[in-house]
Amino acid sequence: MSKRIDVKDLNVYYGKFLAVEDVNINIDAKSVTAFIGPSGCGKSTFLRTLNRMHEVIPGARVEGEVLLDGDNLYGPGVDPVTVRSQIGMVFQRPNPFPTMSIRDNVLAGVKLNNKKISKGEADSLVERSLRGANLWNEVKDRLAKPGSGLSGGQQQRLCIARAIAVEPQVILMDEPCSALDPISTLAIEDLINELKDEYTVVIVTHNMQQAARVSDKTAFFNIAGTGKPGKLIEYGDTHTIFSNPTVKATEDYVSGRFG
Amino acid sequence: MTSTLTPVRKRSALTKGQLPKAAPYIVLALALVVGAAILALVGFNAFGWGLVSAVLFAAGLVGWSAAVEGARKAKDKLATCLVVGAFLVALLPLISVIWTVLVKGLPGLLDPGFLNTSMNGVTGAFDNKSAEEGAPVVGGIYHALLGTVQITLLATVISVPVGLLTSIYLVEYGEGKALARAITFFVDVMTGIPSIVAGLFAAAFFFAVVGPGTKTGAVAAVALSVLMIPVVVRSSEEMLKIVPNELREAAYALGVRKWRTILRVVIPTAISGIASGVTLAIARVIGETAPILVTAGFATSINNNVFGGWMASLPTFIYTQILNPTSPSNPGPSDQRAWGAALVLIILVMLLNLAARLVARIFAPKAGR
Amino acid sequence: MTSTSLTKSQGAGRAGDKVFSGATLAAGCLILAVLFGVALFLVIQSLPAFTAPAEDIQGGEGFLAYIWPIVVGTLIAAVIALVIATPVAIGVALFISHYAPRGLASGLGYVVDLLAAIPSVVYGAWGAAFLAKEIAPAYDWLAKNMGWLPIFQGPASATGKTILTAGIVLAVMVLPIITSLSREIFLQTPKLHEEAALALGATRWEMIRMAVLPFGRPGIVSAVMLGLGRALGETMAVALVLSSGALTASLIQSGNQTIAAEIALNFPEASGLKVSTLIAAGLVLFVITLGVNMIARWIITRHKEFSGAN
Repeated sequence: MSKRIDVKDLNVYYGKFLAVEDVNINIDAKSVTAFIGPSGCGKSTFLRTLNRMHEVIPGARVEGEVLLDGDNLYGPGVDPVTVRSQIGMVFQRPNPFPTMSIRDNVLAGVKLNNKKISKGEADSLVERSLRGANLWNEVKDRLAKPGSGLSGGQQQRLCIARAIAVEPQVILMDEPCSALDPISTLAIEDLINELKDEYTVVIVTHNMQQAARVSDKTAFFNIAGTGKPGKLIEYGDTHTIFSNPTVKATEDYVSGRFG
Repeated sequence: MTSTLTPVRKRSALTKGQLPKAAPYIVLALALVVGAAILALVGFNAFGWGLVSAVLFAAGLVGWSAAVEGARKAKDKLATCLVVGAFLVALLPLISVIWTVLVKGLPGLLDPGFLNTSMNGVTGAFDNKSAEEGAPVVGGIYHALLGTVQITLLATVISVPVGLLTSIYLVEYGEGKALARAITFFVDVMTGIPSIVAGLFAAAFFFAVVGPGTKTGAVAAVALSVLMIPVVVRSSEEMLKIVPNELREAAYALGVRKWRTILRVVIPTAISGIASGVTLAIARVIGETAPILVTAGFATSINNNVFGGWMASLPTFIYTQILNPTSPSNPGPSDQRAWGAALVLIILVMLLNLAARLVARIFAPKAGR
Repeated sequence: MTSTSLTKSQGAGRAGDKVFSGATLAAGCLILAVLFGVALFLVIQSLPAFTAPAEDIQGGEGFLAYIWPIVVGTLIAAVIALVIATPVAIGVALFISHYAPRGLASGLGYVVDLLAAIPSVVYGAWGAAFLAKEIAPAYDWLAKNMGWLPIFQGPASATGKTILTAGIVLAVMVLPIITSLSREIFLQTPKLHEEAALALGATRWEMIRMAVLPFGRPGIVSAVMLGLGRALGETMAVALVLSSGALTASLIQSGNQTIAAEIALNFPEASGLKVSTLIAAGLVLFVITLGVNMIARWIITRHKEFSGAN
């Protein structure tokens, strides 16, 4: 239930502005990959191209290929909606739907697409997804309450439960802990470790310790200056990137000399 | 004891050269007394007393301030007097209108049968009788009430889908497009169309399409829609704009299509604001007189068909009863009916305004704990 | 799995997207069509009035001779309304934004909205039944003491049903519009400017003159323009209050007429060429208010930061 991603010669543009230049990267199935780099280096932009979420922003477009187990996301006739149902995403700030209960939030992907589902199936899907997000024990008694009543960390895990309820192949996380306190952050990090048993996880983070703790592989992005495109500088085993990087800029960044 | 070390001063250096705190009250009392005295000379009335006292109060306070505090402070006091005065002046008509409607409208409203009889068969003879012999005032607003409800309902049914869909286009699809800019501009322009022109448009349109002299409730509803659509567009647009983009992205990331996202996530999130905006729009058009006057004609009896025949409405009922009393020689009963209808209309509008506030609160996304 | 895993689409989805976005686009275009239609149908239906021989038009001297007195009357009524309403409205807006206690301010804003919610026919009825009667003695006084001014020339109307009374009622009706727009703008004055002025030792009035009014000026202008648009097109207040007649300079005699009231009073019983004449009058009114509103909107968009204009 998880697929690998291979990116070939990817350029991302906003209108005429080249935001990310020439990325080549191979992400293994059932692994956690972290994208690190200074602000504005294009790592979040690049992450969004992996499930075509960048298309929500008018004028954004890409050149190149992103292969999901060999299928090009940008191939002719590919529907971005189909792509997104296979590659889920968790955002920087928890964003449960305020009009829906906890249970409906988990079922959102199914219900919003008008898929028929029996009550029994729905119940088991809710429980499975919430257990998968380590949230079941905390909310099982108040599934009918609004999701916005939960704490920030719980809301973020609810969003993860919502993402895995549609049974994606890959889960993208865009700085999922930056709006959370340390304890909630720890809970999410534990969860990421468990998620990789079933899913391919890609996480963007500002926090190098977090990248070191959770990821198997790390990609370092950097930008030469304002107005210049972001680039993938170095990609390798997390251990190597943090202890023995080959590029000077990577070493400077992970040792805290800039960024 | 430390207190003996600091000499007790009457006034701090910081309050030197200021009017005492009670100054406004002293001046007010003086102004009221002097005002009453002046009015007593020319013949007393409450309005004149208030006016003269207010002028005296302002002059007295500003003059005193100028003498003690200097010109700058005096100017400030003058500005305060003017600003507060403006507010009081603005309150006068509001109080006067509501008072007039209550006093003149209650007898009509309390008249038995006022709400559930029409003017069918009510002639000047009846009114002459009630004016000259004290017989009860007959006739009521049932037909007008029905007409208003039908016309407004039809206008709402036309305006809400068009207005809501347009606002969705502007917020969700039109971003940065020239067409969207044009629509926004012309919706703004439409807000300024005089209501009578909207009525003439509907009349001209139906005259051209159906036949000269076509006057029905539906024509009036079209006229009201022209007035209502821009209001609905503007308020819904504002409401859709404040739905956080994060929610849309969350839905897209779950593989939900844009139209389902809009219908199932964006609109439910904004529904409280949209509903309250629609209610306010209804409140705005329900009291419109001119467009109905030129599109639905007058009727004295019940007409349940918006597509055929003249139709009465509350505002046109008020208008015709005042301007063309049922009995020209004894306009009293007509006046009573008109004011009763005005009271009903105001109550309706206020209820709608209240409902808009309640709706906003009830449908608001619950932040449960 | 082959590449079909991504190309196969999910059910009715795609068509739904097209249909839905098409529907929203159609609604938007419908609005443009309606506005275009307003202009077009008014023109078509009013053509006979422009082409008919002059002696057939009411008054017997052609459309221009018919329309210009009521255009002037419309302008007179609207100008009276603005002259009265503007200072009061700015005062009320300042009171709510800078003078009233915080807790009271929003409640007062609601009171102003209430003023706007009262139907125009009720204002008209109030003006005719209450205001005109109460104000008639004042007109008498004006005629006696200031009769040398052409606008206060006597004899004053005994019923008080004059263009000045109509103008006052119109002022009451446009007051909430100008007030609420100005208030929005005053509330947007940068706090920094206000505090800078106060820190220099300015009194509250000096602060308002230094910081609030200069910032709000374009907003006030456009608010007044929008109020003007409303005053020009308002029907009921004039139709019920004014005892109309020929164009007169004196504001305290009966006489004068506005376009909107002329239409409302005559359209219900009109037929044939008279209908065309009245629709043509409506077209003139439409063009005038359109111009006024466009200028107002232009001022607002030129100062984008003042777009608090709901």
